[in-house]
Amino acid sequence: MAKNSASQEATRSEMTKAQWTWFQMKQHKVAYLMIAPFMILFFLFTVIPVFASFLLSFTSFNMLQMPKFLFFDNYITLFLDDDLWITALKNTLIFAAVTGPASYVLSFLVAWFINELSPKIRAIVTLIFYAPSISGNVYLIWATLFSSDSQGWVNGQLLSMGLIDAPILWFQNESYVMPLCIIVALWTSLGTAFLSFIAGLQGINVSLFEAAAVDGLKNRWQELWYVTLPSMKPQLMFGAVLSITGAFGFGGIVTALAGNPSVNYAAYTISHHLSEYGSTRWEVGYASAIAFVLFLMQIGANMAVRKLLGKLGD
Amino acid sequence: MKKLRTRKHRVVLNRSVGGDTGITIVLAILGAFMFLPMLYVVLNSLKPMDEFWIFPPRFYVVRPTLENYRNLFSLMGDSTVPFSRHIFNTVFTSVVGTFGNLMLSSMAAYALAKIPFPGHGWMFKLIRTALMFTSTVTGIANFITMSLLGWVDTYLAIIVPAFASTLGLYLMKQFMDSNVSAEVLESSRLDGASEFKTFWLIAMPMVKPAWLTLIIYCFKDLWNQGASIYIYSEQLKSLNYAISQITAGGVARAGASAAASVIMMAVPIIVFVISQSNIIETMGSSGMKD
Repeated sequence: MAKNSASQEATRSEMTKAQWTWFQMKQHKVAYLMIAPFMILFFLFTVIPVFASFLLSFTSFNMLQMPKFLFFDNYITLFLDDDLWITALKNTLIFAAVTGPASYVLSFLVAWFINELSPKIRAIVTLIFYAPSISGNVYLIWATLFSSDSQGWVNGQLLSMGLIDAPILWFQNESYVMPLCIIVALWTSLGTAFLSFIAGLQGINVSLFEAAAVDGLKNRWQELWYVTLPSMKPQLMFGAVLSITGAFGFGGIVTALAGNPSVNYAAYTISHHLSEYGSTRWEVGYASAIAFVLFLMQIGANMAVRKLLGKLGD
Repeated sequence: MKKLRTRKHRVVLNRSVGGDTGITIVLAILGAFMFLPMLYVVLNSLKPMDEFWIFPPRFYVVRPTLENYRNLFSLMGDSTVPFSRHIFNTVFTSVVGTFGNLMLSSMAAYALAKIPFPGHGWMFKLIRTALMFTSTVTGIANFITMSLLGWVDTYLAIIVPAFASTLGLYLMKQFMDSNVSAEVLESSRLDGASEFKTFWLIAMPMVKPAWLTLIIYCFKDLWNQGASIYIYSEQLKSLNYAISQITAGGVARAGASAAASVIMMAVPIIVFVISQSNIIETMGSSGMKD
């Protein structure tokens, strides 16, 4: 290749841009071979579905007959004539606005707190915080802790202390179900972003801190703001993406703990609405509109947060 | 692990005692919040039946027993489909799916990171964008695809999409960017090795931490897979689903349910404990630069 690149340089000036690209493509055809298996599946299961949802969202489609073009009807119904959707949208936004930032800040703070511990202790603490996020449906233990009878640990303690007279139906109570699900979701949310922050903090060049100390930074908070955060920008970006995605995917935990639909739809989210229309009623066109709105919300939230983080340290 | 180190600048920058104490207290509270429910699962799995009926409920266990684990296995015997079939389903899909993802992602990551072919820029951007939305978005369209392919109610519906999960590729590509030097690859190519050979014999051994990370990510997702919209037949359902069916049932099944959770969570946790330092090393290059 080194030999070739000399002749490439010689010929490049004689070629048009298209010819040059074509020449490069032929040169690297093995790369396309290597990336093809992944890309084909990636397009099939991720890229095309997004476009398909977009197109199907303008139709009425039940998987049996041909889709019927409806123009904006689905979207109009969605926002003007579907009270349940408004509930789902509201709950999802509340959930995302609370868990997204909370999980992000928590991940960062814990990573930062444990950064100066010795490696052995740090490894143990990392495991304690990370374990709930990889342990599948271990979050069901919260259903036992907050069980609706007096055998539930929380009810049992409150009863025996005389604080309540009858067991509280935690997950069947409109005002408790959402906060509880948020707490459980936070409990399972210290995942990949958390590990990324730990690694990012470990990777910061120590001389930066020394220089900052010489320059007169007085305490760890100043150091955090002026040195640590700006040097971790790439990890902070990556963590933000994962936190946002996680926050909008809320649904499985609610179904497992509070059932679907949850009491009076108090914790009904977009993913519940989506599965209601997508796989229970088979109104695929309508469900696609829901899916596409969810897609736009996530991408929009990501763009906004990236912009915000881009300003960090400037 | 060469790149990782503990910060040694304590001497340079004074840490206030008040700050240290405050941080320790906050960390202890958060740690308790994370750890106690996990501990409660383990303790519950060791409680004999009568200890579940004590009022007020006790957090700890007085007479630990393995009865719940034995009960779990006898409950498994009662299921319509032999339980070994559910175990096979989950182990099979987890192993094949993870292996396929590792191969396809590493190969693609190598091409994206180390070969400057036209189109690598937008391809990587597209893959990175896929990290920004949940799979809920694509679920419905994927169901249509699966029906057209005739994959509904087969292992393929679980395994093949896992081949193209994007987080692993992203981490692998980022790791190759910063850990595989172009010179080493160049000299291999000059020696006449094909691109595939260079990838397999030179680049792959240099990114072992990234493999392990990709393996644990893909594996834990498949291992924890519950009910899937693509699977109807009882004999194709996952272990997680089967276990959640037999353990649903209030206090009477609380012990067996806890035992099942302990068994299910033991696998990913053990894998993580073994590979933790490699995973953290991989995460060192996980950042998004633009």
